[in-house]
Amino acid sequence: MSPNITSHTRYNYPNQYDVIVIGAGHAGCEAALASARMGCKTLIATLNLDSIGQMSCNPAIGGLAKSHIVREIDALGGEMAKNIDKTAIQYRMLNTKRGPAVWSLRAQADRKAYQQSMKFVLETSENLDMIQAEIIDFVVAKGENAPYKIIGVQTRTGLVIQSKCVVVTTGTFMNGLIHIGPTQLAGGRIAEPASIGLSDALRRLGLGLGRLKTGTPPRINGQGIEYDKVTEQPPDEHKEFFSYSTEDVNQPQVPCYVTYTNKNTHKIIHDNLNRAPLYTGQIKSVGPRYCPSIEVKIVKFADKDRHQIFIEPEGLHTTEMYLNGLATSLPQDVQIAMLRTIPGLAKAHIVKFGYAIEYDFVFPTQLYPYLEAKQIENLFLAGQINGTTGYEEAAGQGIMAGINAVLKIRREAPFILDRAQAYIGVLIDDLVTKGTEEPYRMFTSLAEYRLLLRQDNADMRLASFGHKFGLISDRQMRLLEEKKQQIESLIMLLQTTRHQEKTCAELLKRPEIRLSHLPEALFADYGPDVLRAVEMQVKYEGYIQRDVLRARKLKKLENKSIPTTFDYNQVYGLKREAAEKLKNIKPVSLGQASRISGISPCDISLILAHLERK
Amino acid sequence: MSDKDTICAVSTPPGEGGIGIIRISGRDAVRIAGTIFRPRRGGDLQSSASHTIHYGHVIDPCTAETIDEVLVSVMRAPATYTREDVVEINCHGGVVPLWRTIGLLIQAGARQAEAGEFTKRAFLNGRIDLAQAEAVIDIIRAKTELSQRSANEQLLGGLSRDISGLMERILRIITCIDAALDFPDEDIEMPSGESLEEGISSIIRGIDGLLSGYIYGSVLREGVAAAIVGRTNVGKSSLLNALLRQNRAIVTEIPGTTRDVIEEFINISGIPLKILDTAGIRHTHDMAEIEGVKRSLAVIESADIVLIVMDGSQALTPEDYKVIDKAKGKTAIGVINKSDLPKMTGSFEWPKIQMEVSCLTGAGLDLLKQKLVELMKKGAVPPGEHAWAVNRRHKTILEQSKANLERALSNVKNCLSPEFISEDLRGAMSSLGLITGTTYTEDILDRIFSTFCIGK
Repeated sequence: MSPNITSHTRYNYPNQYDVIVIGAGHAGCEAALASARMGCKTLIATLNLDSIGQMSCNPAIGGLAKSHIVREIDALGGEMAKNIDKTAIQYRMLNTKRGPAVWSLRAQADRKAYQQSMKFVLETSENLDMIQAEIIDFVVAKGENAPYKIIGVQTRTGLVIQSKCVVVTTGTFMNGLIHIGPTQLAGGRIAEPASIGLSDALRRLGLGLGRLKTGTPPRINGQGIEYDKVTEQPPDEHKEFFSYSTEDVNQPQVPCYVTYTNKNTHKIIHDNLNRAPLYTGQIKSVGPRYCPSIEVKIVKFADKDRHQIFIEPEGLHTTEMYLNGLATSLPQDVQIAMLRTIPGLAKAHIVKFGYAIEYDFVFPTQLYPYLEAKQIENLFLAGQINGTTGYEEAAGQGIMAGINAVLKIRREAPFILDRAQAYIGVLIDDLVTKGTEEPYRMFTSLAEYRLLLRQDNADMRLASFGHKFGLISDRQMRLLEEKKQQIESLIMLLQTTRHQEKTCAELLKRPEIRLSHLPEALFADYGPDVLRAVEMQVKYEGYIQRDVLRARKLKKLENKSIPTTFDYNQVYGLKREAAEKLKNIKPVSLGQASRISGISPCDISLILAHLERK
Repeated sequence: MSDKDTICAVSTPPGEGGIGIIRISGRDAVRIAGTIFRPRRGGDLQSSASHTIHYGHVIDPCTAETIDEVLVSVMRAPATYTREDVVEINCHGGVVPLWRTIGLLIQAGARQAEAGEFTKRAFLNGRIDLAQAEAVIDIIRAKTELSQRSANEQLLGGLSRDISGLMERILRIITCIDAALDFPDEDIEMPSGESLEEGISSIIRGIDGLLSGYIYGSVLREGVAAAIVGRTNVGKSSLLNALLRQNRAIVTEIPGTTRDVIEEFINISGIPLKILDTAGIRHTHDMAEIEGVKRSLAVIESADIVLIVMDGSQALTPEDYKVIDKAKGKTAIGVINKSDLPKMTGSFEWPKIQMEVSCLTGAGLDLLKQKLVELMKKGAVPPGEHAWAVNRRHKTILEQSKANLERALSNVKNCLSPEFISEDLRGAMSSLGLITGTTYTEDILDRIFSTFCIGK
């Protein structure tokens, strides 16, 4: 039984579960849905049932590399893509000047609508119970292959709930500490309590925890914006959606706006750096480099005389606006003063002040690539607790943790995606193999197989897995088969249709020719994803083939699995430092082993030799 | 880990004797060997029985040129050293045909074997029993460590430093491209075509510089380059012919060398000596003396050892001194020819090593050769600038990297979308990383954050 009970009275909850998910953010929702949809009796527990699927930061889904993850989640049978399509109030395709591999979709969300829609999906899901409760401890037993094994959880109010697996997706809530100027408040998000106690419970089970920082900008009442002083950024006219199953979107689409800081803004910030928690030493942990606070930008890039601010609507039924680009933990008077200097925002009223938050995270190298803790059997971790940031990164881990919890219960082989299969694979592999020192966000430059991992082909890469797990319907698979056939037939058509003495396929290979330059009649019947996939496959055939070859080589190493009980001391000739690292990370394959920093090709040869000898 | 590749390597140590054995192992060993081997009796290598020996010629399949006269042994799996199909080619022609044959095999689809790879395969395929296994691993380990050690030496010496410099320059370009790709909302400009072209071209030039070092590096391993220089009519051609007469000579045309310079290889005590010879000497009577001197100067630059030939029967002329002067700083031997005639040169201070020979009678030639071997063995050959010991593996890698860069360059010219250029550059980077043993993926992000103002 649990070593530390803080409530005096305990009640055994009458229901027993296969999987309990702690936290109902983006990771938690996907984990719970995957588990329930795979037929496991699932419970999702959250501090506040009215902030399910909350976007703590900007009200947008997608963007570079993130949109790829959203489509991968969709291809695996997750909910995020469908949910944003139901609630998006602006779509924009980014990078359309470039090739298809780096096109990325981004949507502004109606924040409240997104939450409600997600909540409804959970509520109406079979096999899924919901409960508003703070989980403060785990019920554990001795593990078979690890020191501990999870058998349940305990709430602050004394409920003990039994389950076979637990997925922890607590985001920024564990020991969350909010900073607004010199003021410090305990909290998981603004106006929401932190989760206290769970960190200690994880520590007691032997996990190491660190601390990270992130931050948000002030939000304003849009009524005060002088729209003639800002630039409108309209939605795309040709809408493309996140989910492969979305056919159309009916809710109204609204614009964003752009404005800039200036020297006066920067002077105010500069004059108040002595009150900035990031510079006074009040904030001790590391924040994300790609999402620096405005005060950091001004100090670090002193030569820039202006910084971009995106004014993003929070929803259709509110005038609240989010000032993307102005994240800050400066004191409230400074936030007000700096807003006064920004064109278009001078008369706007701050309704929620910007803040920074520090929170506990678990060093993700303590997890297997299927997100189970090495120390604690049947405990899975996903999302921001693993050191990532971003809704999409969280959701991607969430669905993988949910699937793997179920596979664990069924005693089936874990589900791992490799770096050539999915951004989700890159994400988890980076986390569990290398760890992270700052909140980890996905970028296309992190993917070695960027040209293969496109958002137009996530379904072709991953839907068969989703189907195998019962998360993708037969009908969806039939549609996918049709799409594949369309791609093949269009390629065939291009190879056989002659235009100006050459086949269209040959023409398309010329650098200056795009698919859109060919006679329109050829491809009028095909959807944008088909066209993009065809253009990629025909026009950039050489690149695709090279990457496919590289991926095949990768696969060889990924397929050489290493048992988690493997004794590295038995490997003749392996250096001690290498053995220590390997014992620590416990790589599941030679591929993962080869990516551990400090492990040489020679070490890999030795392990291989040892494995083959058996 | 590409254990399904067919691998090949010269499996005899370089040195004494004209015979060298090339070993090929892997699934395609017989097929690959078959593409370059023409059996004397006709027929097809692939249909030959296991453990048979075939006489014939190695032919360049592209030019139909005969490379060498050889004996080929076909040994089929599993009764072979590696338990894979193995072909051994016994070459007779010395170092140059040996390497050309390796080159043809690689063209035909084999891969150059890593150090110890045949043994490793033998082990992995269960050819070697458990008791031997650990000893084998020791070998693998030792060889790898040895190569690592020498890599470290090169790090201090310069090759790695130069390569790191090139990688740094490639990384800078990737950073600029990827920053613009990954942060489309951030006001980051994609580098212009011109700046990309300029940057990539200059990296290609850098690689070319290192590739030119290959000739030098290969000389260090495969032999030494000696230049025979001197004014006209001192007996340069006689010396060459005298040296050639007693030794197997292979005349090769090496592209990129000065048109008027011939390179000939002779085998002295098993070590190949490459003689750089000015072709002009064959018709010196057509030429002004000044031209002879000029030619000599050109080859002096590229030689490791300079043989300054002088006419012993005459007093030294200003042209002689000019040649001596230009060779200063090099390892040089003063070869005083025509020792059958009274010596009239008088004494001179440099080169310190002076040998009297008579090309006519052959007197002194053995001593000269002995001296050459001594110098070669001493390694009295200071490397030139950027002429690091670029070995065959480095050369292949550098060429791969260059091919990626050239593709990037043509893609820039064709205005291809930048993520492809980035892909080419990443290819170029990872190739170079094989030499220095470094990877770079995280570096790109670090660079982006330290170079650009990022953040919303």
